[in-house]
Amino acid sequence: MNMPAVKADTTTAIPVQGGDVLHMAAPRRPSFVTRVAPMLQSAAAVIIPPLVMIVLLLAVWEVLCMKPGATLPAPSKIWTEAHDLIVDPFFVAGPQDIGLGWRVLISLQRVAIGYGFAAVIGIALGTIIGQSVWAMRGLDPIFQVLRTISPLAWLPISLAAFRDSQPSAIFVIFITSVWPIIINTAVGIRNIPQDYRNVARVLRLNHLEFFWQIMIPSAAPYIFTGLRIGIGLSWLAIVAAEMLTGGVGIGFFIWDAWNSSRLSDIVVALVYIGLVGFVLDRLVALLATVVTRGTSAN
Amino acid sequence: MHPYLKLDHIGKSFNRGAAKTEVLKDISLLIDQGEFVSIIGHSGCGKSTLLNIVAGLTPVSEGAVLLENREVNEPGPDRAVVFQNHSLLPWLTVYDNVRLAVDKVFGRTRSRAERDAWTMHNLDLVQMGHAKDKRPAEISGGMKQRVGIARALAMEPKVLLLDEPFGALDALTRAHLQDSVMAIHQKLGNTVLMITHDVDEAVLLSDRIVMMTNGPAARIGEILTVPLARPRRRLELAANQTYLKSRQRVLEFLYERHRFVEAA
Repeated sequence: MNMPAVKADTTTAIPVQGGDVLHMAAPRRPSFVTRVAPMLQSAAAVIIPPLVMIVLLLAVWEVLCMKPGATLPAPSKIWTEAHDLIVDPFFVAGPQDIGLGWRVLISLQRVAIGYGFAAVIGIALGTIIGQSVWAMRGLDPIFQVLRTISPLAWLPISLAAFRDSQPSAIFVIFITSVWPIIINTAVGIRNIPQDYRNVARVLRLNHLEFFWQIMIPSAAPYIFTGLRIGIGLSWLAIVAAEMLTGGVGIGFFIWDAWNSSRLSDIVVALVYIGLVGFVLDRLVALLATVVTRGTSAN
Repeated sequence: MHPYLKLDHIGKSFNRGAAKTEVLKDISLLIDQGEFVSIIGHSGCGKSTLLNIVAGLTPVSEGAVLLENREVNEPGPDRAVVFQNHSLLPWLTVYDNVRLAVDKVFGRTRSRAERDAWTMHNLDLVQMGHAKDKRPAEISGGMKQRVGIARALAMEPKVLLLDEPFGALDALTRAHLQDSVMAIHQKLGNTVLMITHDVDEAVLLSDRIVMMTNGPAARIGEILTVPLARPRRRLELAANQTYLKSRQRVLEFLYERHRFVEAA
Protein backbone atom coordinates (compact mmCIF):
# COMPACT_ATOMS: atom_id res chain seq x y z
CA MET A 1 0.00 0.00 0.00
CA ASN A 2 1.04 3.55 -0.41
CA MET A 3 1.13 4.97 3.08
CA PRO A 4 3.72 7.68 3.73
CA ALA A 5 6.24 6.54 6.29
CA VAL A 6 5.76 8.42 9.57
CA LYS A 7 8.97 9.59 11.15
CA ALA A 8 9.26 8.53 14.75
CA ASP A 9 11.22 11.51 16.09
CA THR A 10 8.23 13.37 17.55
CA THR A 11 8.06 11.19 20.63
CA THR A 12 10.71 10.85 23.28
CA ALA A 13 10.94 8.36 26.06
CA ILE A 14 10.27 9.87 29.51
CA PRO A 15 12.05 8.16 32.41
CA VAL A 16 9.60 7.06 35.08
CA GLN A 17 10.52 7.89 38.66
CA GLY A 18 10.49 5.22 41.28
CA GLY A 19 9.34 2.36 39.13
CA ASP A 20 9.40 -0.93 40.98
CA VAL A 21 11.07 -3.84 39.34
CA LEU A 22 9.01 -6.95 39.72
CA HIS A 23 11.00 -10.11 40.24
CA MET A 24 9.28 -13.14 38.87
CA ALA A 25 10.14 -16.69 39.74
CA ALA A 26 11.55 -18.69 36.83
CA PRO A 27 8.83 -20.96 35.51
CA ARG A 28 9.38 -24.44 36.89
CA ARG A 29 9.25 -27.43 34.61
CA PRO A 30 5.82 -29.01 34.98
CA SER A 31 6.10 -31.92 37.36
CA PHE A 32 5.86 -35.51 36.18
CA VAL A 33 2.36 -35.88 37.55
CA THR A 34 0.94 -32.80 35.81
CA ARG A 35 2.36 -33.92 32.47
CA VAL A 36 1.35 -37.56 32.61
CA ALA A 37 -2.03 -37.22 34.32
CA PRO A 38 -3.93 -35.80 31.30
CA MET A 39 -2.49 -38.52 29.05
CA LEU A 40 -3.55 -41.20 31.48
CA GLN A 41 -6.95 -39.59 31.76
CA SER A 42 -7.60 -39.61 28.01
CA ALA A 43 -6.27 -43.16 27.71
CA ALA A 44 -8.56 -44.26 30.50
CA ALA A 45 -11.54 -42.63 28.76
CA VAL A 46 -10.86 -44.80 25.72
CA ILE A 47 -10.01 -48.05 27.47
CA ILE A 48 -12.28 -48.23 30.51
CA PRO A 49 -15.76 -48.13 28.88
CA PRO A 50 -15.14 -51.12 26.54
CA LEU A 51 -13.48 -53.03 29.40
CA VAL A 52 -16.52 -52.49 31.61
CA MET A 53 -18.84 -53.62 28.83
CA ILE A 54 -16.75 -56.75 28.16
CA VAL A 55 -16.82 -57.70 31.84
CA LEU A 56 -20.58 -57.13 31.95
CA LEU A 57 -21.21 -59.21 28.82
CA LEU A 58 -19.00 -62.02 30.12
CA ALA A 59 -20.91 -61.97 33.40
CA VAL A 60 -24.28 -62.22 31.63
CA TRP A 61 -22.95 -65.01 29.44
CA GLU A 62 -21.60 -66.86 32.49
CA VAL A 63 -24.95 -66.61 34.25
CA LEU A 64 -26.91 -67.74 31.19
CA CYS A 65 -24.73 -70.80 30.58
CA MET A 66 -24.25 -71.75 34.24
CA LYS A 67 -27.08 -74.21 34.65
CA PRO A 68 -26.28 -77.87 33.97
CA GLY A 69 -27.24 -79.00 30.46
CA ALA A 70 -26.52 -75.66 28.84
CA THR A 71 -25.83 -76.14 25.11
CA LEU A 72 -23.03 -73.57 24.91
CA PRO A 73 -19.95 -73.36 27.15
CA ALA A 74 -19.69 -70.57 29.74
CA PRO A 75 -16.57 -68.34 29.74
CA SER A 76 -15.11 -70.12 32.74
CA LYS A 77 -15.48 -73.47 31.01
CA ILE A 78 -13.84 -72.09 27.85
CA TRP A 79 -10.94 -70.82 29.91
CA THR A 80 -10.25 -74.26 31.41
CA GLU A 81 -10.91 -76.28 28.23
CA ALA A 82 -9.07 -74.09 25.70
CA HIS A 83 -6.38 -72.77 28.02
CA ASP A 84 -3.44 -73.66 25.78
CA LEU A 85 -5.08 -72.02 22.73
CA ILE A 86 -5.67 -68.78 24.60
CA VAL A 87 -2.33 -68.31 26.34
CA ASP A 88 0.02 -69.48 23.59
CA PRO A 89 -0.96 -68.60 20.01
CA PHE A 90 2.29 -69.91 18.54
CA PHE A 91 2.81 -73.44 19.89
CA VAL A 92 3.68 -76.31 17.56
CA ALA A 93 2.77 -79.73 18.92
CA GLY A 94 2.42 -81.64 15.65
CA PRO A 95 1.60 -81.13 11.96
CA GLN A 96 -2.12 -80.61 12.65
CA ASP A 97 -1.82 -79.39 16.24
CA ILE A 98 -0.53 -75.81 16.03
CA GLY A 99 -1.40 -72.57 17.79
CA LEU A 100 -4.16 -70.30 16.46
CA GLY A 101 -1.60 -67.61 15.67
CA TRP A 102 -0.04 -69.88 13.04
CA ARG A 103 -3.43 -70.70 11.58
CA VAL A 104 -4.34 -67.04 11.35
CA LEU A 105 -1.05 -66.33 9.60
CA ILE A 106 -1.75 -69.03 7.01
CA SER A 107 -5.20 -67.57 6.36
CA LEU A 108 -3.71 -64.09 6.18
CA GLN A 109 -1.23 -65.29 3.58
CA ARG A 110 -4.09 -66.44 1.34
CA VAL A 111 -5.93 -63.17 1.94
CA ALA A 112 -2.78 -61.23 1.08
CA ILE A 113 -2.46 -62.94 -2.31
CA GLY A 114 -6.15 -62.79 -3.23
CA TYR A 115 -6.64 -59.28 -1.93
CA GLY A 116 -3.40 -58.12 -3.55
CA PHE A 117 -4.68 -59.28 -6.95
CA ALA A 118 -8.06 -57.71 -6.25
CA ALA A 119 -6.47 -54.38 -5.34
CA VAL A 120 -4.25 -54.18 -8.43
CA ILE A 121 -6.83 -55.44 -10.92
CA GLY A 122 -9.69 -53.57 -9.21
CA ILE A 123 -7.92 -50.22 -9.34
CA ALA A 124 -6.78 -50.79 -12.93
CA LEU A 125 -10.26 -51.81 -14.13
CA GLY A 126 -11.93 -49.08 -12.11
CA THR A 127 -9.64 -46.49 -13.67
CA ILE A 128 -10.52 -47.61 -17.18
CA ILE A 129 -14.23 -47.81 -16.44
CA GLY A 130 -14.29 -44.45 -14.68
CA GLN A 131 -12.86 -42.74 -17.73
CA SER A 132 -15.33 -44.09 -20.23
CA VAL A 133 -19.01 -43.29 -20.03
CA TRP A 134 -19.86 -46.26 -22.24
CA ALA A 135 -17.78 -48.75 -20.27
CA MET A 136 -19.51 -47.46 -17.14
CA ARG A 137 -22.98 -47.83 -18.63
CA GLY A 138 -22.20 -51.27 -19.99
CA LEU A 139 -20.36 -52.79 -17.07
CA ASP A 140 -21.84 -51.16 -14.00
CA PRO A 141 -25.13 -53.16 -14.02
CA ILE A 142 -23.16 -56.38 -14.49
CA PHE A 143 -20.87 -55.55 -11.57
CA GLN A 144 -23.82 -54.57 -9.40
CA VAL A 145 -25.33 -58.03 -9.96
CA LEU A 146 -22.06 -59.93 -9.59
CA ARG A 147 -21.07 -58.25 -6.37
CA THR A 148 -24.14 -59.53 -4.55
CA ILE A 149 -23.14 -63.18 -5.12
CA SER A 150 -22.03 -64.84 -1.91
CA PRO A 151 -18.35 -65.83 -1.71
CA LEU A 152 -19.30 -69.46 -1.12
CA ALA A 153 -21.38 -69.59 -4.28
CA TRP A 154 -18.20 -68.95 -6.27
CA LEU A 155 -16.37 -71.84 -4.62
CA PRO A 156 -17.72 -74.78 -6.67
CA ILE A 157 -17.03 -72.89 -9.90
CA SER A 158 -13.48 -72.09 -8.86
CA LEU A 159 -12.85 -75.63 -7.61
CA ALA A 160 -13.99 -76.92 -10.98
CA ALA A 161 -11.75 -74.45 -12.76
CA PHE A 162 -8.58 -74.81 -10.66
CA ARG A 163 -8.99 -78.43 -9.41
CA ASP A 164 -7.08 -77.52 -6.25
CA SER A 165 -8.19 -76.04 -2.96
CA GLN A 166 -5.39 -73.49 -2.51
CA PRO A 167 -5.92 -71.44 -5.69
CA SER A 168 -9.67 -71.84 -5.31
CA ALA A 169 -9.64 -70.22 -1.88
CA ILE A 170 -7.49 -67.39 -3.22
CA PHE A 171 -9.83 -66.94 -6.18
CA VAL A 172 -12.81 -66.70 -3.85
CA ILE A 173 -11.02 -63.94 -1.90
CA PHE A 174 -10.26 -62.16 -5.13
CA ILE A 175 -13.74 -62.35 -6.60
CA THR A 176 -15.35 -61.25 -3.34
CA SER A 177 -13.22 -58.20 -2.71
CA VAL A 178 -12.65 -56.95 -6.27
CA TRP A 179 -16.13 -55.45 -6.87
CA PRO A 180 -16.16 -52.69 -4.26
CA ILE A 181 -12.63 -51.74 -5.33
CA ILE A 182 -13.63 -51.49 -9.01
CA ILE A 183 -16.84 -49.60 -8.33
CA ASN A 184 -15.35 -47.12 -5.86
CA THR A 185 -12.31 -46.46 -8.04
CA ALA A 186 -14.55 -45.82 -11.04
CA VAL A 187 -16.70 -43.39 -9.07
CA GLY A 188 -13.56 -41.64 -7.78
CA ILE A 189 -12.18 -41.25 -11.29
CA ARG A 190 -15.51 -39.95 -12.58
CA ASN A 191 -15.66 -37.41 -9.75
CA ILE A 192 -12.32 -35.74 -10.49
CA PRO A 193 -13.23 -32.04 -10.36
CA GLN A 194 -13.34 -30.28 -13.72
CA ASP A 195 -10.93 -27.69 -12.24
CA TYR A 196 -8.18 -30.28 -11.94
CA ARG A 197 -8.85 -31.47 -15.48
CA ASN A 198 -8.61 -27.87 -16.69
CA VAL A 199 -5.30 -27.39 -14.88
CA ALA A 200 -4.01 -30.57 -16.54
CA ARG A 201 -5.15 -29.35 -19.95
CA VAL A 202 -3.56 -25.91 -19.58
CA LEU A 203 -0.32 -27.59 -18.48
CA ARG A 204 -0.67 -30.12 -21.32
CA LEU A 205 -0.05 -33.10 -19.05
CA ASN A 206 0.19 -36.32 -21.06
CA HIS A 207 -1.85 -39.40 -20.16
CA LEU A 208 0.77 -40.90 -17.88
CA GLU A 209 1.39 -37.60 -16.03
CA PHE A 210 -2.36 -37.05 -15.72
CA PHE A 211 -2.73 -40.53 -14.26
CA TRP A 212 -0.05 -40.10 -11.58
CA GLN A 213 -0.33 -36.37 -10.86
CA ILE A 214 -4.10 -35.84 -10.96
CA MET A 215 -6.13 -39.00 -11.26
CA ILE A 216 -4.68 -41.23 -8.54
CA PRO A 217 -4.31 -38.52 -5.86
CA SER A 218 -7.74 -37.09 -6.61
CA ALA A 219 -9.49 -40.48 -6.55
CA ALA A 220 -7.45 -41.78 -3.59
CA PRO A 221 -10.15 -41.25 -0.93
CA TYR A 222 -12.65 -43.22 -3.04
CA ILE A 223 -10.11 -45.91 -3.85
CA PHE A 224 -9.34 -46.39 -0.17
CA THR A 225 -13.03 -46.66 0.67
CA GLY A 226 -13.18 -49.52 -1.82
CA LEU A 227 -10.02 -51.09 -0.43
CA ARG A 228 -11.39 -50.93 3.10
CA ILE A 229 -14.67 -52.60 2.15
CA GLY A 230 -12.64 -55.13 0.17
CA ILE A 231 -10.37 -56.16 3.06
CA GLY A 232 -13.41 -56.71 5.27
CA LEU A 233 -15.08 -58.88 2.65
CA SER A 234 -11.92 -60.93 2.04
CA TRP A 235 -11.61 -61.73 5.71
CA LEU A 236 -15.26 -62.80 5.72
CA ALA A 237 -14.72 -64.93 2.64
CA ILE A 238 -11.52 -66.72 3.70
CA VAL A 239 -13.08 -68.21 6.83
CA ALA A 240 -16.04 -69.54 4.85
CA ALA A 241 -13.84 -70.83 2.01
CA GLU A 242 -11.45 -72.60 4.36
CA MET A 243 -14.29 -74.36 6.14
CA LEU A 244 -15.06 -76.08 2.85
CA THR A 245 -11.63 -76.48 1.28
CA GLY A 246 -9.74 -77.76 4.33
CA GLY A 247 -6.05 -77.17 4.98
CA VAL A 248 -4.64 -75.51 8.04
CA GLY A 249 -6.31 -72.05 8.08
CA ILE A 250 -8.43 -70.62 10.84
CA GLY A 251 -11.64 -71.47 8.95
CA PHE A 252 -10.78 -75.12 8.73
CA PHE A 253 -9.88 -75.13 12.42
CA ILE A 254 -13.46 -74.11 13.25
CA TRP A 255 -14.90 -76.81 11.03
CA ASP A 256 -12.53 -79.37 12.54
CA ALA A 257 -13.42 -78.29 16.08
CA TRP A 258 -17.11 -78.57 15.27
CA ASN A 259 -16.65 -82.11 13.97
CA SER A 260 -14.93 -83.11 17.18
CA SER A 261 -17.37 -81.14 19.35
CA ARG A 262 -14.77 -78.75 20.80
CA LEU A 263 -17.13 -75.81 21.23
CA SER A 264 -14.72 -73.92 23.50
CA ASP A 265 -12.06 -73.95 20.77
CA ILE A 266 -14.56 -72.52 18.29
CA VAL A 267 -15.36 -69.60 20.60
CA VAL A 268 -11.64 -68.84 21.00
CA ALA A 269 -11.21 -68.97 17.20
CA LEU A 270 -14.13 -66.56 16.74
CA VAL A 271 -12.43 -64.07 19.04
CA TYR A 272 -9.22 -64.41 17.00
CA ILE A 273 -11.10 -63.84 13.72
CA GLY A 274 -12.85 -60.80 15.09
CA LEU A 275 -9.66 -59.23 16.42
CA VAL A 276 -7.70 -59.89 13.22
CA GLY A 277 -10.52 -58.47 11.08
CA PHE A 278 -10.56 -55.38 13.27
CA VAL A 279 -6.80 -54.95 12.93
CA LEU A 280 -6.93 -55.41 9.13
CA ASP A 281 -9.64 -52.75 8.82
CA ARG A 282 -7.65 -50.36 10.99
CA LEU A 283 -4.47 -50.98 8.99
CA VAL A 284 -6.13 -50.03 5.70
CA ALA A 285 -7.76 -47.01 7.36
CA LEU A 286 -4.36 -45.94 8.70
CA LEU A 287 -2.77 -46.36 5.28
CA ALA A 288 -5.60 -44.27 3.82
CA THR A 289 -5.04 -41.38 6.22
CA VAL A 290 -1.30 -41.43 5.51
CA VAL A 291 -1.64 -41.59 1.74
CA THR A 292 -4.58 -39.23 1.27
CA ARG A 293 -3.18 -36.64 3.67
CA GLY A 294 -4.38 -33.29 2.38
CA THR A 295 -6.44 -34.73 -0.47
CA SER A 296 -9.81 -34.80 1.21
CA ALA A 297 -9.12 -31.63 3.20
CA ASN A 298 -10.15 -29.07 0.64
CA MET B 1 1.72 -5.09 -37.98
CA HIS B 2 -0.66 -7.66 -36.56
CA PRO B 3 -2.38 -7.38 -33.21
CA TYR B 4 -0.95 -9.63 -30.49
CA LEU B 5 -4.18 -11.38 -29.54
CA LYS B 6 -7.12 -11.30 -31.93
CA LEU B 7 -10.62 -12.55 -31.28
CA ASP B 8 -12.09 -12.82 -34.76
CA HIS B 9 -15.90 -12.91 -35.00
CA ILE B 10 -16.29 -15.48 -32.24
CA GLY B 11 -19.65 -17.13 -31.77
CA LYS B 12 -20.57 -19.89 -29.38
CA SER B 13 -23.71 -21.92 -29.14
CA PHE B 14 -24.51 -25.02 -27.16
CA ASN B 15 -26.67 -27.74 -28.63
CA ARG B 16 -28.79 -29.79 -26.33
CA GLY B 17 -30.73 -32.16 -28.51
CA ALA B 18 -32.70 -30.08 -30.98
CA ALA B 19 -32.55 -26.96 -28.81
CA LYS B 20 -29.75 -24.57 -29.67
CA THR B 21 -28.68 -21.91 -27.19
CA GLU B 22 -26.61 -19.09 -28.57
CA VAL B 23 -24.33 -17.76 -25.84
CA LEU B 24 -21.91 -15.45 -27.63
CA LYS B 25 -22.39 -13.73 -30.96
CA ASP B 26 -19.89 -12.03 -33.22
CA ILE B 27 -17.26 -11.09 -30.64
CA SER B 28 -14.31 -9.29 -32.22
CA LEU B 29 -11.51 -7.79 -30.17
CA LEU B 30 -7.91 -6.82 -30.77
CA ILE B 31 -5.50 -6.76 -27.85
CA ASP B 32 -1.98 -5.36 -28.01
CA GLN B 33 1.05 -6.81 -26.30
CA GLY B 34 1.29 -5.63 -22.71
CA GLU B 35 -2.28 -4.42 -22.61
CA PHE B 36 -4.53 -5.06 -19.61
CA VAL B 37 -8.09 -5.67 -20.83
CA SER B 38 -11.07 -6.42 -18.61
CA ILE B 39 -14.32 -7.99 -19.69
CA ILE B 40 -17.27 -6.94 -17.57
CA GLY B 41 -20.89 -7.95 -17.71
CA HIS B 42 -23.73 -9.34 -15.64
CA SER B 43 -23.51 -12.94 -14.50
CA GLY B 44 -24.63 -15.39 -17.14
CA CYS B 45 -23.65 -13.15 -20.05
CA GLY B 46 -21.06 -15.63 -21.23
CA LYS B 47 -17.93 -13.79 -20.22
CA SER B 48 -16.46 -16.89 -18.57
CA THR B 49 -17.28 -18.84 -21.73
CA LEU B 50 -15.35 -16.24 -23.71
CA LEU B 51 -12.34 -16.60 -21.44
CA ASN B 52 -12.51 -20.39 -21.72
CA ILE B 53 -12.56 -20.02 -25.50
CA VAL B 54 -9.40 -17.91 -25.41
CA ALA B 55 -7.85 -20.44 -23.03
CA GLY B 56 -8.77 -23.20 -25.47
CA LEU B 57 -10.78 -25.08 -22.86
CA THR B 58 -14.02 -24.54 -24.82
CA PRO B 59 -14.10 -24.89 -28.61
CA VAL B 60 -15.60 -22.04 -30.66
CA SER B 61 -18.66 -22.52 -32.82
CA GLU B 62 -17.74 -19.74 -35.22
CA GLY B 63 -14.73 -17.52 -35.70
CA ALA B 64 -11.25 -18.00 -34.31
CA VAL B 65 -8.76 -16.90 -31.67
CA LEU B 66 -5.39 -15.82 -33.05
CA LEU B 67 -2.31 -15.34 -30.88
CA GLU B 68 0.61 -13.75 -32.72
CA ASN B 69 -1.33 -14.41 -35.92
CA ARG B 70 -1.56 -18.15 -35.27
CA GLU B 71 -4.87 -19.83 -34.56
CA VAL B 72 -5.15 -21.41 -31.10
CA ASN B 73 -7.86 -23.98 -30.46
CA GLU B 74 -6.52 -26.06 -27.60
CA PRO B 75 -5.26 -25.19 -24.13
CA GLY B 76 -1.60 -24.52 -23.53
CA PRO B 77 0.80 -22.84 -21.13
CA ASP B 78 1.15 -19.83 -23.47
CA ARG B 79 -2.30 -18.81 -22.22
CA ALA B 80 -2.07 -19.49 -18.49
CA VAL B 81 -5.34 -19.28 -16.57
CA VAL B 82 -5.85 -18.11 -12.99
CA PHE B 83 -9.08 -19.85 -12.09
CA GLN B 84 -11.76 -18.28 -9.96
CA ASN B 85 -11.50 -20.93 -7.26
CA HIS B 86 -7.68 -21.14 -7.41
CA SER B 87 -7.73 -24.81 -8.53
CA LEU B 88 -4.59 -25.70 -6.63
CA LEU B 89 -4.00 -29.43 -6.26
CA PRO B 90 -4.67 -30.04 -2.56
CA TRP B 91 -2.28 -32.99 -2.25
CA LEU B 92 0.70 -30.90 -3.34
CA THR B 93 2.46 -28.24 -1.31
CA VAL B 94 2.44 -24.62 -2.45
CA TYR B 95 5.92 -25.10 -3.88
CA ASP B 96 5.00 -28.34 -5.67
CA ASN B 97 1.91 -26.79 -7.22
CA VAL B 98 4.06 -24.15 -8.90
CA ARG B 99 6.91 -26.58 -9.54
CA LEU B 100 4.55 -28.90 -11.42
CA ALA B 101 3.88 -26.12 -13.92
CA VAL B 102 7.55 -25.11 -14.08
CA ASP B 103 8.68 -28.70 -14.68
CA LYS B 104 6.08 -29.17 -17.37
CA VAL B 105 6.90 -25.98 -19.26
CA PHE B 106 10.67 -25.80 -18.74
CA GLY B 107 11.52 -29.46 -18.03
CA ARG B 108 13.59 -29.77 -21.22
CA THR B 109 15.13 -26.31 -21.43
CA ARG B 110 16.23 -25.56 -17.88
CA SER B 111 18.30 -27.42 -15.30
CA ARG B 112 16.88 -28.69 -12.02
CA ALA B 113 18.51 -25.85 -10.07
CA GLU B 114 17.20 -23.24 -12.50
CA ARG B 115 13.68 -24.62 -12.24
CA ASP B 116 13.89 -24.56 -8.44
CA ALA B 117 15.11 -20.96 -8.52
CA TRP B 118 12.38 -19.97 -10.99
CA THR B 119 9.70 -21.58 -8.80
CA MET B 120 10.92 -19.68 -5.76
CA HIS B 121 11.26 -16.47 -7.80
CA ASN B 122 7.58 -16.62 -8.76
CA LEU B 123 6.47 -17.49 -5.24
CA ASP B 124 8.44 -14.51 -3.94
CA LEU B 125 6.89 -12.32 -6.62
CA VAL B 126 3.46 -12.92 -5.04
CA GLN B 127 4.95 -12.81 -1.53
CA MET B 128 4.27 -16.48 -0.87
CA GLY B 129 7.86 -17.75 -0.56
CA HIS B 130 7.45 -18.08 3.20
CA ALA B 131 4.61 -20.62 2.82
CA LYS B 132 6.23 -22.85 0.24
CA ASP B 133 5.92 -26.01 2.32
CA LYS B 134 2.28 -25.48 3.29
CA ARG B 135 -0.59 -27.30 1.66
CA PRO B 136 -3.47 -25.35 0.09
CA ALA B 137 -5.81 -26.36 2.92
CA GLU B 138 -3.49 -24.66 5.41
CA ILE B 139 -3.46 -21.19 3.82
CA SER B 140 -6.16 -18.53 3.41
CA GLY B 141 -8.24 -17.91 0.31
CA GLY B 142 -6.24 -14.85 -0.68
CA MET B 143 -2.98 -16.78 -0.30
CA LYS B 144 -4.31 -19.61 -2.45
CA GLN B 145 -5.16 -17.13 -5.16
CA ARG B 146 -1.64 -15.67 -4.91
CA VAL B 147 -0.21 -19.14 -5.45
CA GLY B 148 -2.58 -19.58 -8.40
CA ILE B 149 -1.19 -16.36 -9.88
CA ALA B 150 2.37 -17.53 -9.22
CA ARG B 151 1.63 -20.81 -10.98
CA ALA B 152 0.27 -18.96 -14.01
CA LEU B 153 3.16 -16.46 -14.12
CA ALA B 154 5.70 -19.27 -13.78
CA MET B 155 4.61 -20.61 -17.18
CA GLU B 156 5.82 -17.35 -18.76
CA PRO B 157 2.56 -17.08 -20.66
CA LYS B 158 2.08 -14.82 -23.66
CA VAL B 159 -1.34 -13.96 -22.31
CA LEU B 160 -2.42 -14.17 -18.69
CA LEU B 161 -6.09 -15.05 -18.35
CA LEU B 162 -7.77 -14.13 -15.06
CA ASP B 163 -11.23 -15.62 -14.49
CA GLU B 164 -12.82 -13.47 -11.77
CA PRO B 165 -9.67 -14.05 -9.75
CA PHE B 166 -10.74 -12.00 -6.74
CA GLY B 167 -14.45 -12.81 -6.76
CA ALA B 168 -14.36 -15.17 -3.80
CA LEU B 169 -12.26 -12.90 -1.57
CA ASP B 170 -13.19 -10.34 1.06
CA ALA B 171 -12.83 -6.66 0.16
CA LEU B 172 -9.55 -6.01 1.98
CA THR B 173 -7.80 -9.08 0.63
CA ARG B 174 -9.13 -8.24 -2.80
CA ALA B 175 -7.60 -4.75 -2.65
CA HIS B 176 -4.26 -6.21 -1.61
CA LEU B 177 -4.28 -8.68 -4.47
CA GLN B 178 -5.33 -6.03 -6.98
CA ASP B 179 -2.34 -3.95 -5.92
CA SER B 180 -0.10 -7.00 -6.30
CA VAL B 181 -1.44 -7.72 -9.79
CA MET B 182 -0.92 -4.07 -10.78
CA ALA B 183 2.65 -4.16 -9.48
CA ILE B 184 3.38 -7.41 -11.32
CA HIS B 185 1.84 -6.10 -14.54
CA GLN B 186 3.93 -2.94 -14.18
CA LYS B 187 7.07 -4.98 -13.65
CA LEU B 188 6.66 -7.74 -16.21
CA GLY B 189 4.46 -6.05 -18.81
CA ASN B 190 2.23 -9.09 -19.31
CA THR B 191 -0.71 -9.08 -21.66
CA VAL B 192 -3.70 -9.69 -19.42
CA LEU B 193 -7.32 -10.55 -20.13
CA MET B 194 -9.44 -10.42 -16.98
CA ILE B 195 -13.05 -11.35 -16.37
CA THR B 196 -14.72 -9.36 -13.61
CA HIS B 197 -18.07 -8.12 -12.41
CA ASP B 198 -16.56 -5.47 -10.16
CA VAL B 199 -16.67 -1.98 -11.73
CA ASP B 200 -14.00 -0.47 -9.46
CA GLU B 201 -11.68 -3.35 -10.11
CA ALA B 202 -12.13 -3.03 -13.87
CA VAL B 203 -11.44 0.72 -13.90
CA LEU B 204 -8.51 0.49 -11.50
CA LEU B 205 -6.66 -2.28 -13.32
CA SER B 206 -7.53 -1.99 -17.00
CA ASP B 207 -6.28 -0.11 -20.01
CA ARG B 208 -9.54 -0.96 -21.73
CA ILE B 209 -12.85 -2.28 -20.44
CA VAL B 210 -14.96 -4.47 -22.69
CA MET B 211 -18.62 -4.28 -21.67
CA MET B 212 -20.82 -7.21 -22.64
CA THR B 213 -24.55 -7.07 -23.29
CA ASN B 214 -26.81 -9.52 -21.54
CA GLY B 215 -27.23 -13.00 -22.96
CA PRO B 216 -28.45 -15.00 -24.71
CA ALA B 217 -26.34 -14.19 -27.76
CA ALA B 218 -24.25 -11.70 -25.80
CA ARG B 219 -22.08 -9.34 -27.80
CA ILE B 220 -19.66 -6.54 -27.07
CA GLY B 221 -21.77 -3.53 -26.17
CA GLU B 222 -19.08 -0.94 -25.72
CA ILE B 223 -15.33 -0.67 -25.22
CA LEU B 224 -14.06 2.00 -22.85
CA THR B 225 -10.46 3.15 -22.79
CA VAL B 226 -9.29 4.17 -19.33
CA PRO B 227 -6.82 7.01 -19.90
CA LEU B 228 -5.21 6.89 -16.47
CA ALA B 229 -1.45 7.02 -16.16
CA ARG B 230 0.37 4.18 -14.47
CA PRO B 231 1.36 3.45 -11.79
CA ARG B 232 -2.11 4.00 -10.42
CA ARG B 233 -2.65 4.55 -6.73
CA ARG B 234 -5.93 3.51 -5.21
CA LEU B 235 -6.13 6.37 -2.73
CA GLU B 236 -5.27 9.13 -5.20
CA LEU B 237 -7.76 7.84 -7.77
CA ALA B 238 -10.69 8.05 -5.38
CA ALA B 239 -11.06 11.75 -6.21
CA ASN B 240 -9.66 11.66 -9.76
CA GLN B 241 -12.12 13.03 -12.34
CA THR B 242 -11.02 10.68 -15.13
CA TYR B 243 -11.41 7.71 -12.81
CA LEU B 244 -14.83 8.81 -11.67
CA LYS B 245 -16.00 9.45 -15.23
CA SER B 246 -14.81 6.05 -16.42
CA ARG B 247 -16.53 4.44 -13.47
CA GLN B 248 -19.69 6.38 -14.27
CA ARG B 249 -19.64 5.20 -17.89
CA VAL B 250 -19.38 1.53 -16.90
CA LEU B 251 -22.09 1.86 -14.25
CA GLU B 252 -24.42 3.54 -16.74
CA PHE B 253 -23.84 0.80 -19.24
CA LEU B 254 -24.47 -1.98 -16.73
CA TYR B 255 -27.34 -0.54 -14.74
CA GLU B 256 -29.23 1.70 -17.19
CA ARG B 257 -28.83 0.48 -20.70
CA HIS B 258 -28.29 -3.19 -20.03
CA ARG B 259 -29.92 -3.78 -16.73
CA PHE B 260 -29.84 -7.38 -15.65
CA VAL B 261 -33.31 -8.84 -15.87
CA GLU B 262 -33.83 -11.73 -13.50
CA ALA B 263 -35.09 -14.77 -15.32
CA ALA B 264 -38.63 -15.49 -14.21
